[in-house]
Amino acid sequence: MSDEITVPDELKGNVFITKLSELYGWGRKYSLWPMFFGLACCAIEFMAAAAARFDTGRWGMDLARASPRQADLIVISGTVTKKMVPKIVTLYNQMAEPKYVISMGACATGGGPFKEGYNVVSGIDQFLPVDVYVPGCPPTPEGLIAGYMAVHEKIQNERINDVPWYEKDPIPKAPVPLLGGPDLIDPRHMDEIRARVRAPQSAAVGGEPEKEDA
Amino acid sequence: MFGFGLIKGLSVTMRHFIESFVYDRKPWEWFTVDRYDNKWLERHQAVDGKGIFTIQYPEQKRKVPERFRFLPMLVYEETPEEPRCTACGICARVCPPQCIYIERATDDRGRPKAQPSGFWIDAVICMSCGYCAEYCPFDAIKMNQEHETPTTDRDRDMFLDMDHLLVPIQYYAKLHPSDYEAEEAARRAKEEAKRRAAEKRAEKD
Amino acid sequence: MAIDLGAVEAQLSTAFPGAVVEREGDWLVLDRDRLPSIATYLRDEMGFDFLTHVSASDYADHLDVVYNVYSTRPELQGPGLSFKVRVPDRVDARVPTVTTIWKSANFQEREVWDMFGIHFDGHPDLRRILLWEGFEGHPLRKDWHEPYYEEDNKPFGSRWPYPENPRPRSAEQRVHWRANVQYPQGFDPEDWDLGADYPPLFAPKVEINGIDTEPVYLNVGPHHPSTHGVFRMVVGLQGETVTNLTPVVGHLHRNHEKIGERNLWNGNIPYTDRLDYISPMYNEFAYVVAVERMLGKEVPERAEYLRVIMGELARVVNHLLTIGFQFNELGAMMTPMIYAFTEREHVLDLFEEASGARMMHNYYRIGGVYGDVSDEWLARCRKVVSRLDRKIDEFETLLTDNEIFISRSRGVGAMSWQEMVNYGVTGPVLRSAGLSYDIRRVEPYSIYESFDFEVPTYETGDVYDRYRQRIAEARQSIKILKQALNRIPATGAIMDGKNAWNVKVPDGELYSRVEHPKGELGFYLVSDGGTNPYRYHVRSECLINLAALEAMSVGHLLADAIVILGSIDITLGEVDR
Repeated sequence: MSDEITVPDELKGNVFITKLSELYGWGRKYSLWPMFFGLACCAIEFMAAAAARFDTGRWGMDLARASPRQADLIVISGTVTKKMVPKIVTLYNQMAEPKYVISMGACATGGGPFKEGYNVVSGIDQFLPVDVYVPGCPPTPEGLIAGYMAVHEKIQNERINDVPWYEKDPIPKAPVPLLGGPDLIDPRHMDEIRARVRAPQSAAVGGEPEKEDA
Repeated sequence: MFGFGLIKGLSVTMRHFIESFVYDRKPWEWFTVDRYDNKWLERHQAVDGKGIFTIQYPEQKRKVPERFRFLPMLVYEETPEEPRCTACGICARVCPPQCIYIERATDDRGRPKAQPSGFWIDAVICMSCGYCAEYCPFDAIKMNQEHETPTTDRDRDMFLDMDHLLVPIQYYAKLHPSDYEAEEAARRAKEEAKRRAAEKRAEKD
Repeated sequence: MAIDLGAVEAQLSTAFPGAVVEREGDWLVLDRDRLPSIATYLRDEMGFDFLTHVSASDYADHLDVVYNVYSTRPELQGPGLSFKVRVPDRVDARVPTVTTIWKSANFQEREVWDMFGIHFDGHPDLRRILLWEGFEGHPLRKDWHEPYYEEDNKPFGSRWPYPENPRPRSAEQRVHWRANVQYPQGFDPEDWDLGADYPPLFAPKVEINGIDTEPVYLNVGPHHPSTHGVFRMVVGLQGETVTNLTPVVGHLHRNHEKIGERNLWNGNIPYTDRLDYISPMYNEFAYVVAVERMLGKEVPERAEYLRVIMGELARVVNHLLTIGFQFNELGAMMTPMIYAFTEREHVLDLFEEASGARMMHNYYRIGGVYGDVSDEWLARCRKVVSRLDRKIDEFETLLTDNEIFISRSRGVGAMSWQEMVNYGVTGPVLRSAGLSYDIRRVEPYSIYESFDFEVPTYETGDVYDRYRQRIAEARQSIKILKQALNRIPATGAIMDGKNAWNVKVPDGELYSRVEHPKGELGFYLVSDGGTNPYRYHVRSECLINLAALEAMSVGHLLADAIVILGSIDITLGEVDR
């Protein structure tokens, strides 16, 4: 038995895990359930991608779930406004792990043509961990499906022992921004806002960035 | 009769179901013709087509029309160092969401040159309206048709600089053949007129 | 054709001496303090029972509140009366409300309060509508600036050339918070409340049949599969019966008007695509018609035909999709919707070939259209039209006689047309209640006068009639399309003059309206003679039709309220703008 493969001690057992991981990923990637969730114009193309011509049912995604509890993919399909973003983040927090986020179109990615507006959030990635960005205004259904396939690829390459949702500690929730005061308040910036408001003569308003920021 | 309307409606869905087998895939073709053959695509997508309307993406792809536009691109003729763009800035001015940024090049003595040294398009803002290509007086900025480009890095892939934007003229000619032909014809006519005028002047002298 | 403004002025002046303060172009400036009595007179004595548009405009020294009233009397249908009242005091701006006279003013006055800070005395529910309580300032005032503010007008100087900054700086890099936020001086993050945006969740107990009971308040949306987007309604329920319903909009408020005032005249066309994203072609149509009326521009014949063809195709698609969505809400999950989307794809292929984009076409131009179409395109369009004709028949076979549908929709959401007019409801919903009022007929634009088509109507205005109305209107659109495809000139210009990027529009203001698939889509434009609109307002038929939702739903079951919402046919992009 001269051509027997010698497996180093530290790798023993892992070969099996890798194969299982592949199988697991393969099974998982074809059972993504997107959330029935539309924000703006891109939602129509999201529906068009699910309709007869492009038929995302071919990837096991025809069952768009209205409840976030049953969904594992959220497609942010449209302009994210300040009034809506607390609800989107709440919905995301309600989804069960593993969960994936596609930012569809220019608006969800960075505000899009409406970026300069006063009620528009410059990109959902300030609040949610986005997995795939699909460019376009709006993206074509093919573009969106290519985005789905990018998510599939990501799932396929995920290793069971690397993914966060099997770890002991609970996964921290995405911080839900607060709305109701004069503007959207990101809880992560609370201390900074407090400091700037209390400091005399500070530009608590938007204002120019400080020198070191530039 | 109560229920007749329902049955009538269901007959429509039944017809669609049967059509998808009868019209779409003749049983003798089920095993002889490849599932992804373009023949199916043409037959399904025709206006009077029946049966399964689905495109078997990504094996089959919908052919986008010539005018299809997605994100802008910059055209160069010989080398990427010499794009057609003259940094006149009309595209940046006409752009409705103002996503184009241009920096004009300067020559050795610091005088501005008719060439951009930097050209950026923020694809995160771009609304694919096509105005930049429509109003460019030098046919330098055109609309790309690459529309299946998901990315995992927004900053790297969606803030387009010259490296992303520059494409050879052959690529443009392939995407928009009739536009290209029309532009070339106009250019040839212009050159012809110039040459004639020069000849006339030479004759006069 | 225009209204005889002199006669109106004379009649008003006799009834209310000094009521007409001034005449400004086609607009009458009325006395602010006597507005309610003048408005009542206009409605009852002069027949202007249809207030469709209320908006405001900010000039440096004063604010104007503008109103457009029309008549539904057969002899007076057609151009309406435009009047305004002047508010000299910018700090404490007050105007008496007309909501008591025309209910359609309700949402629009709330919007004016939200955007301009004009207080309407006597308004029943004057809260912010698009933004949230607690928002600082009133964004459409000219002296209000948002965090990413760069300049008053586009093009922005920083894009080209680039004197001081060697590399582009994104908007985030320019502001301190690295985000689109700003906090006013003295704002205390510890001490703010969620604001009154959230209506009280518990109402007082009521006694029904000797039993003390409390109504249940149920929030539907903003994430709900059948609200057509990010629309929220707070429904008060007694058992399963709706007792009151409050629409909460603004979750997709994208600042269309603030951005529109900054854009070039041309630059607004692609933005209008994103208003009602189900039928973008018609939004562009409405906008370019408005700008051309200001310019007095003629459009070449072939371009007019192309516009009508695109517009009517968009109308058919819109109606089919609406029917598809509506059946989704009724529980016929997906089948009608997928059939509708199939037809949409065929039409979108045509649009894509002509304009270059599947959805956001940007096809219309001021004075023409973007590109000519080939003969093959027209041939294919004829095929698509005859296909749509067949498919409408198929939809009818599939749905019209369906007993489940009939029992779910007959008598649901019925409303008389007189009441609908008072609420400002327009479009197929209004016509389904029996009033033949189609702007393509009463105030023709483009070349609609030359087509032979009918304005179908039904009697009761319930959900079933709205469905039949949409089918009937789609058939009329097919009729128009067939005529247009037969008569379109074989060749000809598609653009009046040069397709200039910086169109200048002469001084003036106007309200122009067209018959959008969903109702009356109007644009109120003010120009100061420059390359940018001074004021740009979209009269959104979706928002105003929504005002009637509560009256239509009260007394029905919750499941029916969802269906009524679907039958009104809203697109949130246009409700919130």
